[in-house]
This record gives sequence, C-alpha cells and structure tokens, in this order.
Amino acid sequence: MESVLAVVIGGLYAAGMYLMVRRSIIKMIFGLALLGNAANLLIFTVGRLTRGRPPHVLPGELMPSLPVADPVPQALILTAIVIGFGVQAFALVLIKRVYQTVGSDDQDDLVAENRPGGEE
Amino acid sequence: MRHLFLFLPLLIPLVTAVLGLLAWNKPRLQRMLGVCGTATLLASAAALLVTVLKEGIISAQAGNWPAPFGITLVADIFSALMVLAAGVMGLAVSIYSLADTDRHHESVGYYPLLQVLLLGVCGSFLTGDLFNLYVWFEVMLIASFVLLAMGGRREQMEGAIKYVALNLIASAFFLAGIGLLYGVVGTLNMADLAVRLRAVPHVGTVPVIAVLLFCAFSIKAAVFPFFFWLPASYHTAPVAVITIFSALLTKVGVYVLIRIFTLIFIQETSTGQPVILAATIFTMMAGALGATAQPELRRILTFCVVSQIGYMLMGLGIMTPLALAGSIFFMLHIIAAKSALFLSTGIVSRLTGTTELARLGGLYHKRPLLAALFLVPALSVAGIPPLSGFWGKLALIQAALGTGHYLTVTVALGVSILTLYYLVRAWSEIFWKKRQGTDNDEYHHVSPTHRRQMLVPTVLLASVSLLMGIAAEPVFRLSLLAARQLLDPGSYISAVLGVRP
Repeated sequence: MESVLAVVIGGLYAAGMYLMVRRSIIKMIFGLALLGNAANLLIFTVGRLTRGRPPHVLPGELMPSLPVADPVPQALILTAIVIGFGVQAFALVLIKRVYQTVGSDDQDDLVAENRPGGEE
Repeated sequence: MRHLFLFLPLLIPLVTAVLGLLAWNKPRLQRMLGVCGTATLLASAAALLVTVLKEGIISAQAGNWPAPFGITLVADIFSALMVLAAGVMGLAVSIYSLADTDRHHESVGYYPLLQVLLLGVCGSFLTGDLFNLYVWFEVMLIASFVLLAMGGRREQMEGAIKYVALNLIASAFFLAGIGLLYGVVGTLNMADLAVRLRAVPHVGTVPVIAVLLFCAFSIKAAVFPFFFWLPASYHTAPVAVITIFSALLTKVGVYVLIRIFTLIFIQETSTGQPVILAATIFTMMAGALGATAQPELRRILTFCVVSQIGYMLMGLGIMTPLALAGSIFFMLHIIAAKSALFLSTGIVSRLTGTTELARLGGLYHKRPLLAALFLVPALSVAGIPPLSGFWGKLALIQAALGTGHYLTVTVALGVSILTLYYLVRAWSEIFWKKRQGTDNDEYHHVSPTHRRQMLVPTVLLASVSLLMGIAAEPVFRLSLLAARQLLDPGSYISAVLGVRP
C-alpha cells in the first residue's frame, strides 16, 4: 500500500510542479492545489498506514494494545485541508480579479506594462 | 498570571479583529479599535518581556494537556523581544494608517486584517509546536494576501499573484517537512523534537527534512536564491502595508530559521555552515546590487529589505553567542530603522505624488525636517556610528573575524558601502537636487491632523533607531542574554517538558 501511495504522491508533486511552470494563472493555482494535496497524502503515508486498528482504549486498560493507527497525522491533515481550502478559495477569487483587471489568463500579459522607465 | 502574559499577545489582536469586524460599517470606530488594540498589544508585550526577564523561559500548555501532546506556547527572551517589536510596529502602522488609508481600503476591512496579521505574527513567535507554527503562518499569510491585493490595481495584481504563488509553494514545502519529520521522529513539539534528535546522529531523512524546512523558511524570509518574489510584489502595496510586511513578515521567517536551527537541527547547522554563509553572502549582494540599479524609491527600499536579511542570517551561520546577539540586535534595529525609512517615503510620496527619483527633487528647502527624518534611518541602515545599525554590524563583523570568516566580513563591509551609496543617492535625489520638469513647486496639501498622524510614528521609529545607537549597551546586553538562551537549548526544553533535561 505504501508503495502505491508513494507513486501517487510523486505523481501529484510532478503534476503540480508541471502546472506551476505553465504561463496560465489558472493552471498555476491548480498546481498549487495539487502540491497541497501531495503534502497531505505524504503526511498520511509517513504517519504509518495501519489498517483496522483504531486507537481505542478498551475498558479496564490504560493504553490501546499496539500497534494502532496513529490519529495525529489525520488530525494534521484535516487541519491542513481546511487551511488549504481557505487559501485556494482566496486564490480563485484573486485570479478572477486578475482576469477582470488584465483581461487575460497569461502571466506574461501581467508584466507587460507599468514599469518605471518603460522597461527593465 | 504568568500564563496570562503568554496568551495576551494572541488574545488582544484576536478580540480587536473580531470587534473590528462587528463594527464593519463604522470606520471611525474601527480606526479607534485599531490604535487601542495595538497599544494594548504593545503593553502586554512589554509585560511579557519583563516576566521572561524576571522568571526565565515561561511556557503554557493549551487545554492543560501535558507537554508533548498538547499545543505549547513558550516565550524566551528572543521571542518576547520579537513580540515587543510586533507591538511597536503594530501601533506605529495603525497610527500612520489613520492618515494614509483611503476610504476603499477601510470599507473592505483594512483595520481588522491588520490585527489578524499581528495575530499570526505573534502566534508564530510564541508557539512551541511545529504544526501550530504552520497554522499561524497561514493565518498571517491569508491576512497578508488580502492586504496586498486590496485595491485591485493592475500592478498590485501582478505583485499579488507572485506573492501568493511563492508563499504557497513555501507552505507546501513546510507542510511536507512537517509530515516527514513526524514520520521519522513521531512528535512535533519543538522541545520534544530537540530531545529526541539530540540523542542520535542525524543520518538519512533528517538532514533532508532540515534542507526542506530551510528552503521553506528561506522563501518566507526572502533569502537568496528565493528572494525574487519580494522586490516583485512589495512595492505595489500602500506604504503602511509594505512597512508592516517588511518589518514583520520576513523577520518571522528569519526568526523561525534561527529557532529551529539552534534548537532542533543543531547538527545540520554545523555541517551546513558553508551553505548558510553562502546564502548570507549572496542575499546581501543580490539585494544591494538590485537596490543600486533601481530608479524608484519604493523598489530601492524593497531590495534593501532583501539585502539586510543577509546580515540577520550571518549570526546563524557563525553560531557564536556574539554573532547571534548581533543578529538579534540587528533584527530589532532594522525593524525600527527600515520602517522609519518606509514611512518617511510614504510622506514624500504623499507630498509629491510620486516616488520616482527622476521626478523628485528640491524637497529640502520646503521640508527640512522630513529630510532629516529620512536621513537618520538611512544612515542607520547603512551602519554609520553612532546609529543603531553600526552596533549590530560591529557585533556581527567582530564575531565573523573572531571565527575567521574573512570572505563574509569583506562582503558585509562592501555591501554596507553600497547601502550607504544607494540610500544617500536616493536622499540627495529627493531632497538635494533641483526638481526638474515641473514649473510649479507646489506640493499636495496635507491637513495638519494627517501630518501629525504620519509624523508621529515616523519620528517615533527614527528615534528608536537613534536611541538604540546612543544607548546600545542595554539593548545589546538583552540580545546577548537572548543569544545565550538560544545556544543553551536545555533551558528551553526543561521549560516546556518540565524537569526532564
């Protein structure tokens, strides 16, 4: 299972990086979303994949009997997903504003004007 | 009571932000809340510093969960000093914003956002948990995104896209680093990490994680080769916003670098010393050369921000008490001096309607006080004695000479001369040379109230820089204490985890 997830994570990172170097702003935002999800899956995988062993403490015991699934990575991912959701929502609003102001989705069109002295 | 002082720098901006949101359509009330809130923050930060000085490192566990399991808040002298700087900057920028914020910005929640930004900054300084640090970073980032994009002019959009993209990449790196670290060590409490990683030699994944986190925070701190987003985006925002960004956001990056590389990745700090020093050297040079080439005041100053980051990293590269103290002193100095420079730039642009050097000139005859107000922090940033920049650089260079880093010393001194060159050139272009092209010498009218609101924080910060230069010793002694604490992680660890060393 780990090896499958490792390939998936690698694929997500690669796809995210590829999208980020495109000129289109929308693709860049998608790339950012993929990078965030790749990081989340990475946390999930390196936090050890343990199937069918919930970290329950049985009555009369002080500790769950090991090995159990570690709940911390999942809590971390949950937080990271919520934060990523908020950030991506902002990024989408931002590219809408950019499109309204600039009238283009191409990052090169953003830079063309507004340079002091005309060029740089 | 001690714990209260730890929570207050977080509670005050939070409450002020919420109250500001409740007062959505009442700009007057929002302004008042902004100033009162940051003034209270400053008072609580001072109380925190006094407590830390009196009682040593203090820590609190959120929800009373014992240390490695719950979220820890911890303050040593370094973090208390940084919170104090955040309080000073918050107050100064809030007052300055009274005069310099337009109706539109106010109507879309400028003042509450400023508080959220301060909340994120103070949280990053005070947290003792790596994942919690990520959360505070995101709080800070979201607020800074909105502040930067506010207004929606075309050039702002360009800056905002770059800023958002680069910072989100840094966050993704940071998150990946956190995940890997948890997988390897099994904890994210910084003190606990320090204990567990101290016992074993770092092989395999740990140095990789250290590099990942170094890159993530280098992007946030605008360290070479990751600095390019900063000069591309900062200059587009209003002056009050750039001031607080350059004063606090990059410093949070530097703070975290110093924190984790003196506490957790100590072994990597010594093996990676050439890399850190190379980053330092190139950061200083890239910023200074960029600033020299710019024809516009705000761009000059944003490149100057980058260049000064290099000096702050020098302490981390050298890692002696004197060097770290120099870094801490330099951080405090640059927060005050650079902000005074930005704010007086704001006054110049308000008076003349431009920040392009070619269109400025002759301001000295009309506004001699402003000329002095620009010159003092400019000389301080360049490191002219007896201003504060001189002492910070003196300590850093002394430490570098003592450890035989002659190349770093040469570059640091050379960059100082370049800094002096481009800042004095900017000064003489604004104030000294004849204003060309325009026949009328008239300046925009600034009402007396606005003039006061803009001058008070600028004078305040410039005099902080002046005082830190004249009375350098108490501040330097404080920085030295903070540096000693950083180099002795045992006291930090026992403060967080209890008696266990």
